[in-house]
Amino acid sequence: MTDTANSGPVLAADGRPLKASLNRALRRQKLRAMLLIAPLLIFIMITFVVPIGQMLFRSVENQIVSEVLPRTTQMLVEWDASSGEAPDNTFFAALTKDLMVAVEKKQHTRLGSRLNYETTGVSSLFRKSGRKVDDMGEGYTDQFVAFDPTWADPAFWADLMEAPSAAQALPQTTDAYNAFASTIMSEDDQDPRAEQPWHTVYLSLHQDLTADPAADFSGLPAEIAAAQAVAGGFAMDDLAAAYIDIDEDWGTVETWQTIQTYSSKFTNGYFLNAVDMQKSPDGAEWRPEDQQIYLTLFVRTMIMSMTITISCILLGYPVAWLLANLPMRQANLLMILVLLPFWTSLLVRTSAWKVLLQQQGVINDIVVWLGLVADDNRLALINNATGTIIAMTHILLPFMILPLYSVMKTIPPTYLRAAKSLGATNWTAFWRVYFPQSVPGIGAGSILVFILSIGYYITPEIVGGTKGVFISNRIAYHISSSLNWGLAAALGAILLAMVLLLYWAYDRIVGIDNVKLGG
Amino acid sequence: MKLTTTLMASTAMVMAGTTAFAGSHMANEMTIVSWGGAYSASQKAAYHDPYSEANGVTIVNDESSAEAVAKLRAMSEAGNVTWDVVDVVAADAIRLCDEGLALEIDPDTQLADGDDGSKASDDFGDLLVSDCFIPQIVYSTTAGYRTDLVGDTAPTSICAFFDLEAYPGMRSLEKRPINNMEWALLCDGVAKADVYDVLETEAGQSQAFAKLDTIKDNVVWWSAGADTPQLLADGEVIMGTTYNGRLFALIEEQNQPVGMLWDAQVFDLDGWIIPTGLSPEREARALDYIMFATDTQRLADQAKYISYGPARASSAPLVGKHATLGIDMAQHMPTDPENAKNTFLYNYEWWADYRDDLDAKFQAWLSQ
Repeated sequence: MTDTANSGPVLAADGRPLKASLNRALRRQKLRAMLLIAPLLIFIMITFVVPIGQMLFRSVENQIVSEVLPRTTQMLVEWDASSGEAPDNTFFAALTKDLMVAVEKKQHTRLGSRLNYETTGVSSLFRKSGRKVDDMGEGYTDQFVAFDPTWADPAFWADLMEAPSAAQALPQTTDAYNAFASTIMSEDDQDPRAEQPWHTVYLSLHQDLTADPAADFSGLPAEIAAAQAVAGGFAMDDLAAAYIDIDEDWGTVETWQTIQTYSSKFTNGYFLNAVDMQKSPDGAEWRPEDQQIYLTLFVRTMIMSMTITISCILLGYPVAWLLANLPMRQANLLMILVLLPFWTSLLVRTSAWKVLLQQQGVINDIVVWLGLVADDNRLALINNATGTIIAMTHILLPFMILPLYSVMKTIPPTYLRAAKSLGATNWTAFWRVYFPQSVPGIGAGSILVFILSIGYYITPEIVGGTKGVFISNRIAYHISSSLNWGLAAALGAILLAMVLLLYWAYDRIVGIDNVKLGG
Repeated sequence: MKLTTTLMASTAMVMAGTTAFAGSHMANEMTIVSWGGAYSASQKAAYHDPYSEANGVTIVNDESSAEAVAKLRAMSEAGNVTWDVVDVVAADAIRLCDEGLALEIDPDTQLADGDDGSKASDDFGDLLVSDCFIPQIVYSTTAGYRTDLVGDTAPTSICAFFDLEAYPGMRSLEKRPINNMEWALLCDGVAKADVYDVLETEAGQSQAFAKLDTIKDNVVWWSAGADTPQLLADGEVIMGTTYNGRLFALIEEQNQPVGMLWDAQVFDLDGWIIPTGLSPEREARALDYIMFATDTQRLADQAKYISYGPARASSAPLVGKHATLGIDMAQHMPTDPENAKNTFLYNYEWWADYRDDLDAKFQAWLSQ
C-alpha cells in the first residue's frame, strides 16, 4: 500500500499529476506567445515564404507538356528514339487530337515557347501547325458523310455518344467526342447537339472501327455496323505527310525526342541548364562550349562580391573609426556625408559614376592633364569589372560603415589608453586591443554588403559592360524578356543555396553570435 | 400584372437604348501603358487628350512598357489585370499572343477603315505581324556618327562599323544578337536575301561571331535607348546604333554634331495590344480607344511630335510639320524614300524561334 503511494506520480494541489499540470501551464504560455506573434508569422508566410516558395517551385515544374499533349505523351512513353525514325501515323493522329483542343484553348503556342527553350524552332512549329490543324483528318469526315449523311448530324452524334455501351465499344471516339464537346462548351459557349464534331472525332471513329474487324457493335445504332463494313475500305489520310508538309521538323527525331524528354510532370532540365548542362537521351551532358555561361557568371558574381566586400572594409573602417572618435560636432557632419549618398537615387549615383569614369570623363581628363597617361591611351574604368567594383563599393559603403560605427562607439577609449600606458606601441594597441573588439562590426557589415551585392543587377547592367555583369542580370533577363521563369527560378534557387552555404560556413568559422549590428 | 409588363417593357427599351448608344457600357477610366518620355508625350498629345475630351474618359498613363511582358504575365497569373491597353514592340506582342496574354483582334471589324476607304487589313498590310498586334508606328534601329570625329570621309555604309582602319575609335552596339548578327553577315559579304538562311546554320552563326570578333574590343554595348545618344554627345564613341527618334532629338533638338547613317536600317514596329481577362466594360472601352487611336488621322498626328513613321499607308500623305520645331517631318521618317534606299526587315517569325538559342550564344560570346 505505502509502496504504491510512493512510486505513484507526484500530485499537484488539485490532485492532478504535477508533471501534467506543469506541462499544461507551459503549453498555455506557449500558445499565448504563439498568438502574440501569429499576426507577424502569418504576414511573413503570406507575403514572403509562400511567394518565394512558389517561384522556386517553378524551377522543377513542367506540367504543361503532359497537360497540353496528354495522348501524345502517353504514346511517346513506348517510342524508342534510337530507332532513328520519326513516329508513324498513329502518333500524328494522337497529336492532332491534342492539338485540336490546345488550339481552341490557345495553349499550343505556350507549349511551343516552353519547348523552344530546349530546341530551337519548336515555337514556330506549333504556331504554324496550330493554324492548319483543323483541316487534319478531313478525309475521314468526308468519307463517312458521303457514305451516310446521318454522320453529319450533330444530334445523332450526341445521342450515339450518350449510349451507355458507346464508351466501351468505341473508346477512341468517345474520348475525342468528349474533348470536342467540353471544349466547345467551355471556350465558345456552343451546344454540342448543334455543332458537327471535329474531324478528329471521325478520325477516331475510323480507328475504332478498323481496330478489330471482328468487333461486334450490335448494342449500338445500326449505322455503326453499316459503317464498320465499309470503313476498312476508306482511303487513309497520310497525317505524317501533312504535318511534314507544314514543317519538315515534324519528320525529325529531334522534335519528337524533345517532347518525349520533357513530357514528365517535373523536370530537372531547368537546373541542368542553370549549370551549363542539358538533358540528352543518355542523361545529363555538358552544353556546347559556345553556350556555356552560367557557371562563369556564378563564379564571377562570388569573386566580385567578395572583392566589393573587402574594398568596403578597407574604405569603411577608417571612416567608421573617425565617426566614433571625433568630437560630436565633426562626427555629425561626417555622418551626414556618409548618409547623403544613401538618400540619393541609386540610378543618379550610378549615372554620376558614368560621367566620372568614362574615357572622356572627369577622372581620365585629370590624369591626362597631369600627364600620368597619354591622351590616346586613356584608362578603361567603366564598362568592365573595374567599373562595377568602383560603383558598387561606393553604393554599398554605408552598409559597412553604419554597423562598424555602432560597434566602435561601444569600445571604451580607455582600453587603448590603458594598453599604451602598459607600454604597447600604437600599432600593438590597435591590433591587439581595439581591432578584436571591432570584429563583430566587420562581420555584420560584411554579411550585409556581400548578400546585397550578389543580388545587385541595375548597377552592373549600367556600368558593367560585358565583363562586369552578374548572374542576377541573367535572372532579370529571363524574368522580363525571355519569360523563361523556370530557368530564372533555377538560377535563383542555386544563388539562394550558395548564400545559405556561405552563411553556414561563416557561422562555423566566425560564429553568428559574434555579429553585432549595434551596442 | 399590367404594371410589371410595362416595367419590363420599359427596361427592355432602356437596355436596347444603351446598347445602341455605345459608351454607357464602357468603363470610364482606363490605364494605358507606354514607354514614357517623349514617346508617351507624343501619344498623349495625339491620342489620349482628344479621346478623353470626346468621351469624358480619364486616362491614366503607366510607363511600364519595358517590363510589360513579365508584369502582364504576373498580373494574369494573379487574376488581376489592371492595364487596359499596352504599348509593346512587335516581338513582345508575338510573345504575349503566344502566351495567350493578349486579345486577338480582327482588323477589319475592330479597327477603323483608312481615310482612302481601304480596309484596315490592307491599310496596315504586312505590318500586322501577329493576330493580337495593332501596329502604331514604324521605327528603325539605325546608326549615327560624330561628324567631327570620323575624319574627312563621312561613313555611308553600315560596314563602317567593321572598318577599324578607316574609322578608328569606339562604337556602340546593342547588347543583344538581333540586328548585330544580321549586319555582321551583310558586311561579311552575305547577300541581303540570304542572311536568315545563313544565320540558321552553325557555320553562319560562327561567321557572324567571327566578324563581330574583329571589333569586339572597340564596342561599348548598350541596353537602354538613351545610351548611344549620350555616348555620342560625350564623344565616348564615334558612331553608334539606336532608335531613329533618339538620333532625331540629338541632331535637331540638341544640335549635336551628329549625322544619320540610314544605311541598312532595320525596320521594327511598335503598337498596341489589349490584355486578355478584362471585364466586358473595360474590354469594350479598350477596343473603342484602339479604334479611335489607330485611325488614319490620329497616326499621322503622332508624327508631329516624334519622328516615327505612321503604320498605316493612308497616313503617310498627312504627315505634316513638327509641332514646336516647325520643320518638315516627312524627310525624318525612316520610311521616307530618301532614307529607305537600303533597309532591312526584321524577321519576327525567325527571331521568335532563334531568340532564346542565339541569345545564350551571344551572351556566352560576350563574356569570353
